[in-house]
Amino acid sequence: MSKIAINIDGKEIETQEGEYILNAARANDIFIPAICYLTRCSPTLACRICLVEADGKQVYACNAKAKDGMNITTSTETIEKERRAIMEVYDVNHPLQCGVCDQSGECELQNYTLEIGVDSQTYAVKDVDRSAHDWGHLHYDPGLCIVCERCVTACKDMIGDNSLKTIARGADPLNAEFKESMPKDAYAMWNKLNKSVIGLTNGTDVLDCTSCGECAAVCPVGALVDTHFMYKSNAWELTQIPATCGHCSAGCQISYDVKHTSIENPEDKIYRVMNEWNYVSLCGAGRYGFDYQNADVIKDEEAFEKAVEAFKKADTIKFTSTITNEEALILERLKEKFGYKLINDEAKSFQKFLHDYSDISGTRLYGSDLKEMMNSNFIVSVGTAIKTDNPNARYSLNNSLTVNKGAALYFHPLSDPIIDGLGKNILSVNHKPLQEESVLYLLLDLFADKEKLPKEITEYLASFHSMKTVTVTETIKEKVVEIVKEKKVNEETGEEEEVEVEKSKMVPKKVSKEVEVDDNRLLTILGINDKFNETLEKFLKKKDSFSLVVGPDLYNHPNSKNIARLVALLEKYSEFKLVMIPTLTNTLGVSLINELSDEAGSYSIGYNTKGDFTLSALGDGDLDMPAINQQEGTLTSINKRVNPTNQAIGYGGYELNDIAKALGLELEETIDYTKELPTHRGFSAVAFDDLPDYYTNAGEEIRGYVLKNMGRRVSADESVNTIDETLVMENDIIYLANPVRQFTDFTKKTTNLDEESGVYMSEESLSKSDFNEGDAVVVKTANGELTSKIVSDNKIAGDIVVLPTFDSNLNSEALVNGYRFATASIKKV
Amino acid sequence: MEQFNNRNVAEGGYYLVDIEEYPTDGWGKFKRVVKRTFRGELFVGLWVVLREMIRFDIHTIQYPEEKMPIGPRYRAVHEMKRLWESDTERCIGCGLCEKICISDCIRMDTRIDENSRKEVTEYTINLGRCIFCGYCAEVCPELAITHGGEYENASDQREHFVDYEYMLTPIDVMKQNAQKEFEGFGAITPHEDERVKKTPLAY
Repeated sequence: MSKIAINIDGKEIETQEGEYILNAARANDIFIPAICYLTRCSPTLACRICLVEADGKQVYACNAKAKDGMNITTSTETIEKERRAIMEVYDVNHPLQCGVCDQSGECELQNYTLEIGVDSQTYAVKDVDRSAHDWGHLHYDPGLCIVCERCVTACKDMIGDNSLKTIARGADPLNAEFKESMPKDAYAMWNKLNKSVIGLTNGTDVLDCTSCGECAAVCPVGALVDTHFMYKSNAWELTQIPATCGHCSAGCQISYDVKHTSIENPEDKIYRVMNEWNYVSLCGAGRYGFDYQNADVIKDEEAFEKAVEAFKKADTIKFTSTITNEEALILERLKEKFGYKLINDEAKSFQKFLHDYSDISGTRLYGSDLKEMMNSNFIVSVGTAIKTDNPNARYSLNNSLTVNKGAALYFHPLSDPIIDGLGKNILSVNHKPLQEESVLYLLLDLFADKEKLPKEITEYLASFHSMKTVTVTETIKEKVVEIVKEKKVNEETGEEEEVEVEKSKMVPKKVSKEVEVDDNRLLTILGINDKFNETLEKFLKKKDSFSLVVGPDLYNHPNSKNIARLVALLEKYSEFKLVMIPTLTNTLGVSLINELSDEAGSYSIGYNTKGDFTLSALGDGDLDMPAINQQEGTLTSINKRVNPTNQAIGYGGYELNDIAKALGLELEETIDYTKELPTHRGFSAVAFDDLPDYYTNAGEEIRGYVLKNMGRRVSADESVNTIDETLVMENDIIYLANPVRQFTDFTKKTTNLDEESGVYMSEESLSKSDFNEGDAVVVKTANGELTSKIVSDNKIAGDIVVLPTFDSNLNSEALVNGYRFATASIKKV
Repeated sequence: MEQFNNRNVAEGGYYLVDIEEYPTDGWGKFKRVVKRTFRGELFVGLWVVLREMIRFDIHTIQYPEEKMPIGPRYRAVHEMKRLWESDTERCIGCGLCEKICISDCIRMDTRIDENSRKEVTEYTINLGRCIFCGYCAEVCPELAITHGGEYENASDQREHFVDYEYMLTPIDVMKQNAQKEFEGFGAITPHEDERVKKTPLAY
């Protein structure tokens, strides 16, 4: 990609080659009207309002690429006529219910109608019945819809659910004379608009998707609205509190829209969550899981005294990673001062994995991020149920597949219909649990530079290869000559006589051939069929940027050390750029800030987890703590970014820093710790109030700061262990993963996320088994057992039974030995 | 009306009032006091009062027994109007009055009702803060909130709230067709429909 110079309306600007004119203009603060285009998605060409003149030719700015030296005029007389006609068309039959519409003025139809100055209507068409639909968590009003298809585009190009499409409107055709009298593009746009409305792809009237609500967020009018928000508040009354989503490690930019609860109750309440949808896409948990605050808390002095006593008595602090960096630092300072053991198993295993990885890579952190992954065109995912571990990683994967025409390999034991539904260019390999090492060896074999790779590894990889003879049936076309008798008129005699004529034709023929082919035993180990090589070859055509995403299955793998080294080797000796998915919200931050212990002591303080004395933001502990949406602080995301988050709603109780102060730590406010975050681990010494939080018009993320990837001196030892083929898991297997929209007890607490906790079985395996949905079952492993209800989940497939971790009452973690898979027996109660 | 629309003071029937020069020194001021004191102007006034008393032609309004008729554009305590056609409430809960209120004294709660329509569940105006500017009535797209003639707001506390029920035209008044339209700012001006550009219809 090289830099080029183009001229828009007399202004010389610099942009990348191949950039769309619209994006180039936006990045340089030049306004071109556009409705249907979404940054990061492919152009839809529904609205046609972004017409510009490029080198004397009319083009659509959203899908015309800038060329060096191009001269662009954003407005000419004909273009203005088109735009005016387009906006008039959009206003045809649009109900005048702006007064009650939930878009309440944040409406692009309103804005452009006024911007273009539509003050009279020329066009008309008979309206059809366009009554509203209740699609579940969304409400669709076709009457208000302008069919810009932004929802369809977002669902297809960003989210990957492909749940929406345009369906027939059933309207009368347009009056034929409009074709003559109207500007060309406006007529074409209207002709299409008049034939379609938005509908669901599943054929029913209820959405069955991963419920992210991104379609409602991108809707320029009030056609698609979150059901929970309907007629609750006008947009202008809501104060937007910039924040970072606290549910997973993606660290999405969000804003909590708050307003007083009601006339009687002046306390702030969160009404909805919004995002900069051109640059960030939320999942259902981020969008709808906002009311997890620890409400109605007052300063309970007695409990506070007890807490301070407990801290004096304790030798261990257990905590989860749903805390801010500042709180993690406070815990670390307390540890330094009082010698507590800090226990956080999930962060500890990630920390260990990162450490083992850095032994070979020489850097403390993985090299890439989700944005780079989104821009690459070949992605491999290993060891993560990507859909639920980090929804944004899934969006990046899907965006790469659809917009970059990329391809992907998804290695995971649990087969996932959502991932398979992302497109044809993704291949799921459902290997067996514990085979992640084999997967990484296969990737080394396929993609690593064998000449640079340590010799032992190259030899080891070669040992899997052998030549085998296979019989290939090929269809070849053979020339067959036939002698046919034909009747012909003899020219001399004029009589008809039979003549023999030679005729040749091509006949397809099947031929079996014996061919020597390479046999890769790694494929056999992983249970991959012979077509794999063919598919991979097809996938790899025209691919030049590679991303590897690895996840939490690996961090707790019995051979996680070896796996971490393999991952590092793969990053080092292949073109793969690496992203690791931190297990929970701030696992990365905690693993960088805290020195964690393995074994707990005799008396423990639990922070958001059970301890002898429990501090809890869930409201069920001995002393209340503020939830993430009630405090200021920073969170470290998968993109290695330290993102600021702000307090959205009030909190009346004590916070961790109050205890720290009572115990003798000196900093007054929690956010005073922001600039104290350890710089030798890559943090920057920036005060909280100096952290920026916005996106530029060019889409550049200016939020907080990016961690420095600190180097480490490493030995030259790059040895790795071979595959232990005896390591297998048979029989009924359980896997710890959450359903979509759920992450922790905090998401469970919210009112809009109503996923049921239980034992998840795919519809397919449920129909094969003797179980029915709702049956109480006992799940028993070597480590323990639990009793819960069976829940049918159509977002998973195959036979593996999934147990959620978002419900701590279930305590599913106790059933496994760290590693997310385990052999289990499931019986009816 | 025309004569009032012309704001050019320089033309028309305006003239300067002949005002005597103000005395500048002490002697001049003394002379003016003496002149005014002994002119007997006081008795002119007293005579008028006596005369009218004898005639029994009293112009004083006997408030509160007697009240002045209030002009239709008078802006006193708000009223919520009903639709003539169906007697239902006009308010659609758009929130514009709440937004435009410069003393921030209007608040409303809304929700979606059983018929999927926006419903105003609660609506209050804090009359202690209201400055009766009339913006709410002017901005109301449905002519729902208007001002009424009720100006007696004396209260034992500064804050005095009126709610939706209080302001709403009583249903029996509605049945008698006795609801009064507000004619102040926000009301439809005469001949409005002549000025509207008609939208073409394909029916």
